[in-house]
Amino acid sequence: MKKDIILAGVGGQGILSIAAVIGYAALEQGMFLKQAEVHGMSQRGGDVMSHLRISHDEISSDLIPFGKADLIIAVEPLESLRYLPYLSRDGWLISSSRPFTNIPNYPDIEEVLDAVRAIPQHLLLDADTMAKEAGSVKAANIVILGASAPFLGMDFELLENAVRFIFTKKGERVVDLNLKALNAGKEFAEIHQRN
Amino acid sequence: MPKILLLGDEAIAQGALDAGLSGIYAYPGTPSTEITEFVQKSKYAGENGIHSQWSVNEKTAMETALGMSYAGKRAMVCMKHVGLNVAADPFINSAITGANGGLIVVSADDPSMHSSQNEQDSRFFGKFALMPILEPSNQQEAYDMVHYGFDLSEKYLIPVLMRITTRMAHSRAGVVRRDVRKQNVAHLPSDLRQFVLLPAIARKRYKHLLNNHPHFITESEESPFNEYIDGTDKSIGILVCGLAYNYLMENYPDGTVPFPVLKVGQYPLPKSMVERMADECDEILVVEDGYPMVEELLKGYLGRGLKIKGRLDGTIPRDGELNPNILAVALGKENTFGLPIPDLVVGRPPMLCSGCPHIDSYGALNQALSILPKGRVFSDIGCYTLGALHPYEAINSCVDMGASITMAKGAADAGMIPAVAVIGDSTFTHSGMTGLLVAIIEKSPITVLILDNATTAMTGGQTSAAMGRLEDICKGLGVEEDHIRVIRPLKKHHDDFVQILEEELAYQGVSVIIPRRECIVAIDKRMRDKFKTKQTATP
Repeated sequence: MKKDIILAGVGGQGILSIAAVIGYAALEQGMFLKQAEVHGMSQRGGDVMSHLRISHDEISSDLIPFGKADLIIAVEPLESLRYLPYLSRDGWLISSSRPFTNIPNYPDIEEVLDAVRAIPQHLLLDADTMAKEAGSVKAANIVILGASAPFLGMDFELLENAVRFIFTKKGERVVDLNLKALNAGKEFAEIHQRN
Repeated sequence: MPKILLLGDEAIAQGALDAGLSGIYAYPGTPSTEITEFVQKSKYAGENGIHSQWSVNEKTAMETALGMSYAGKRAMVCMKHVGLNVAADPFINSAITGANGGLIVVSADDPSMHSSQNEQDSRFFGKFALMPILEPSNQQEAYDMVHYGFDLSEKYLIPVLMRITTRMAHSRAGVVRRDVRKQNVAHLPSDLRQFVLLPAIARKRYKHLLNNHPHFITESEESPFNEYIDGTDKSIGILVCGLAYNYLMENYPDGTVPFPVLKVGQYPLPKSMVERMADECDEILVVEDGYPMVEELLKGYLGRGLKIKGRLDGTIPRDGELNPNILAVALGKENTFGLPIPDLVVGRPPMLCSGCPHIDSYGALNQALSILPKGRVFSDIGCYTLGALHPYEAINSCVDMGASITMAKGAADAGMIPAVAVIGDSTFTHSGMTGLLVAIIEKSPITVLILDNATTAMTGGQTSAAMGRLEDICKGLGVEEDHIRVIRPLKKHHDDFVQILEEELAYQGVSVIIPRRECIVAIDKRMRDKFKTKQTATP
């Protein structure tokens, strides 16, 4: 099994936490992993992305070639579109529908969402609202991760364990609400897939 | 030992700790910062007295590490590529003095300029200094090279340059550790004149370095990091440096390249291996991140010898970071591409955080300068450089650490009065102080704003050497007390701030204005850390 994943968002939205959870779950299965991150200047409210590659075989490049990503996982819809050149023909785009508008020329949100809907295989969800219901809007990234779960090709339990491990330092309450967020995202994806 | 997941930077730090490091010296700079931070957070380093406090700039870092090496212990110096410019004097001369305890200089290049003002290639500095250079292709090699590098350094008593790039520094992968080696016991160099570069001694030391060069080539030929992998199709040979090897292999998923491949991870180039490739193959494709250093070397200026392909003949783009697709095109393979980016996608440049003190400073500065012709504000390297962008458009230069003050002085010399410099607290202690002294000596009519946010913000909030010292430094250098003005940059102080600026802009001498308010990201981090300590303290 091999998955090439582009994670996208705006600095501070928690894409590295998504990477940490998937990465931990992958390592637990004895998989190889490479993950290229963005640090420094771009983190100041700019666009951020990460290349996450997991595989049962050894991985060569830290960067995913264009047209080869199995998944784009985005916590912001405009950012989900920025990395389309990486998406493979049968790849999935999973994105939050909630815009992060810290730029004056942010395009019309309906046009942005229409552009996402034009992608053959996409999943668009209001992660903020679902995260709030789970206990904190801060868990929107984990809702998105949950919605990506059916496409990751790994047991859901492994992801749950990884969430427990990654958030355990922050206390039981944070672990619980993130597990709720993860499940909410997963259920959304399952219902969507059935329809 | 089990695999642990480490950034390239962290692999280097862990490698250093395990190879018997006694001190790490650095000034923060993306993408090198995390090396030192890893050592700072290491419990082992704390328990074993391994030095890891930030240096004031890269030059002091390099010199301090050289001092530790003189005393017989293993030291590492880390910096971003442009930091090596600052450290160039001690760096070049350290090849002549040589080392005593193992000494590794890590320079992190930034091809494609993700967070930098240029994409200079540190390997040129290594070649210039005649130092061995190590360039890892993955995180495991980065880890292993530190151990190897210290051994090489102590075998020839020579500092070793380790060159990485952003992609190596900030990419995570599994690393297997080795056993931990003890630190060196302090011991003096066997010749107490080794480090005395008086011309008569320097000439001898330089000859010694030159005489070692053939040995360095032999070491490269025998190095575990240089490998000749034969191939059946000799129409072309592929010479790949560092990370380029991974991009090549990405194009051959079964792991077999039909052409001979020379994987380079140690310089000077392994001569016999390059000769073999030149003899056996019709032409050579050179793939290297950064400048076409190896390519130029093999091609020669007139290009009348070997047939060499690479960045110079357009097979690979002349600038920017490599990736697997660039290799696919260079190898004549089919390029891959997903979907086009929709036209509506606009850029999202980095910006000053909401609540950032610099916003208030630029608000006041722009108002105070509104009556004067535009284009008189010289700035520097830090978060405040974002003041060049909309909506502030408040600054007109960003060149190198400390250049704001000296450029303002030069502009004032040319008649641009008043000229303004905007510099951060940490950048000021890094390289601004000497420039300020120049302006004071000549009583130049410049107004210097030292934006004091009590941290080194852009690189993630490291300690600032200026903390609690700014006024004393300025006074000590000779700024008149009446013209050192401190203000808290807040909306409610806007009018006072503008008035101070107007008064000091009118003064025909050096003024220093210190807008002082802590970086909001730093406050947030401090509060979270405090909360964490509180939580762990309560059972």
